[in-house]
Amino acid sequence: MAEEKKYKKPLPRVDEESRPFWEACARHELYVQKCRSCGQVFYYPRSFCPADLSQDLEWVKCSGKGTVYTFTVTRQNQSAGFRDNLPYVMAYVELDEGVRLLTNIVDCKPEEVKIGMPVEVTFEDATAEVSIPLFRPVTR
Amino acid sequence: MSIKGKAAVVGVYEHPLRWAPHKTQYQIMAESARGALADAGLSIKDVDGLFTSGVGPMGVVSLAEHLNLYPDYLDSNSIGGSSFVSHTGHAAAAIAAGYCNVALILYRSTASSDRFAIGTGGGGSFDPPEQFESCYGPTTVGDYALVAQRHMYEFGTTSEQLAEIAVTIRRHASLNPLAKFHDPITVEDVLASRVVSSPLHLLDCCMISDGGGAVVVTSAERARDLKKKPVYIQGAAETCYHTSAGMRDLTNAAAKQSGPKALARAGVTHKDIDMAMIYDSFTITVCVTLESLGFCKKGEGGAFVQNGRIGLGGELPINTDGGGLSSNHPGMRGIFLVIEATKQLRGECGERQVKDCNLALCHGTGGTLGLRHSGATLVLSV
Repeated sequence: MAEEKKYKKPLPRVDEESRPFWEACARHELYVQKCRSCGQVFYYPRSFCPADLSQDLEWVKCSGKGTVYTFTVTRQNQSAGFRDNLPYVMAYVELDEGVRLLTNIVDCKPEEVKIGMPVEVTFEDATAEVSIPLFRPVTR
Repeated sequence: MSIKGKAAVVGVYEHPLRWAPHKTQYQIMAESARGALADAGLSIKDVDGLFTSGVGPMGVVSLAEHLNLYPDYLDSNSIGGSSFVSHTGHAAAAIAAGYCNVALILYRSTASSDRFAIGTGGGGSFDPPEQFESCYGPTTVGDYALVAQRHMYEFGTTSEQLAEIAVTIRRHASLNPLAKFHDPITVEDVLASRVVSSPLHLLDCCMISDGGGAVVVTSAERARDLKKKPVYIQGAAETCYHTSAGMRDLTNAAAKQSGPKALARAGVTHKDIDMAMIYDSFTITVCVTLESLGFCKKGEGGAFVQNGRIGLGGELPINTDGGGLSSNHPGMRGIFLVIEATKQLRGECGERQVKDCNLALCHGTGGTLGLRHSGATLVLSV
């Protein structure tokens, strides 16, 4: 590999509640959580169920598939890591598991992104320890 | 206990500056306090309740020090741009409960002269969700754009309809001598302005200005003896909406919860409202807020804002001061909603006066509709 491209976007501040999620991302696996007590599936990760505060939770491995719930093509952002990467697509993706998460749609032209478009997870290795889940159009 | 009619706005002041590099933020607040207290016919010595937002880690304590006050009631509720609408409701409750008698609510910002890119810079916080968001480049404009895009998809709302909101509010600004922008704009102008974060154009976005303001609230009893016609606080409510653990419907705003409650507490219905001040950070904010408050059905906001309905002389004139889109937006403009509604109810608005204005609604939105936001609704009357 040629000279390593420095990752300038903000890195997630991993904490005790989110560590398993980010460790899975580093393995290029996407997980959400499910409450064993009430069945609620949820995102973002936390140490308790946001429906009943139960701590009896399980991690559910996602298929990585979903659809674009909404998106925006951002053409102006002064902050580091983004100002050199304009335009970019920020989106909510609705996972097949039923929860919506904020992400970027990559590997396509911004004008090709549509609501309802099938997408799948892909990971950007920001550092040796941290990979960021992104989504790209499902290729047939 | 109901707060209905127990307290009144008796003094307001909108700082006239939109560009104040030569003033400190505390100076702007002190000048605003002096203006609002003079408007009420009260002195700083009468103030026993102090409210502000966003002034540092110790909140309102630093402001009390600067003004050399020892208030009996402190409130630094900091929920974004809606904070000051919330403060006004809290002040009414504190007064009704006997915790204070003269509440002073202050706001200031020098966002413009500080070159603070509120809409298109990276924010960054230490709140838990931040680690699942900041890596994707959310900007304030982008967060609202997510809502606009979804609204267009679900309901067929158009950029032309959203533009109508900016056009109407600019027309109102042209009648407000203090407003920053006076030149009329057309729907075509909005659509021709550059896209900041699709589908929002530059003219769909509020400006960034400097500014500040003050509101004085006291008991209904004391209000009757003061200089100006009292503007009674009839109902207030607030809440917050967020990403709902991954289940959020982005086309609903916090106004959906706070609006009906505030109206019910005031004992009035939508039809009774003569004018409304709707936080207009972006055109989509107005569209979604009107729907969520219940002035029209969900999905019909685009049609509702057309054909002059929200303009002066229309069925529900909104943002008669020119709003954040055209008058001023120092970052958190909730206080100006209360100030303009008060002036309208007193009949002090000159060319932009709403005829027979007896009942007004203010709704502040703080934060971003697309991630997390607060909503505070206030019903005011003469």
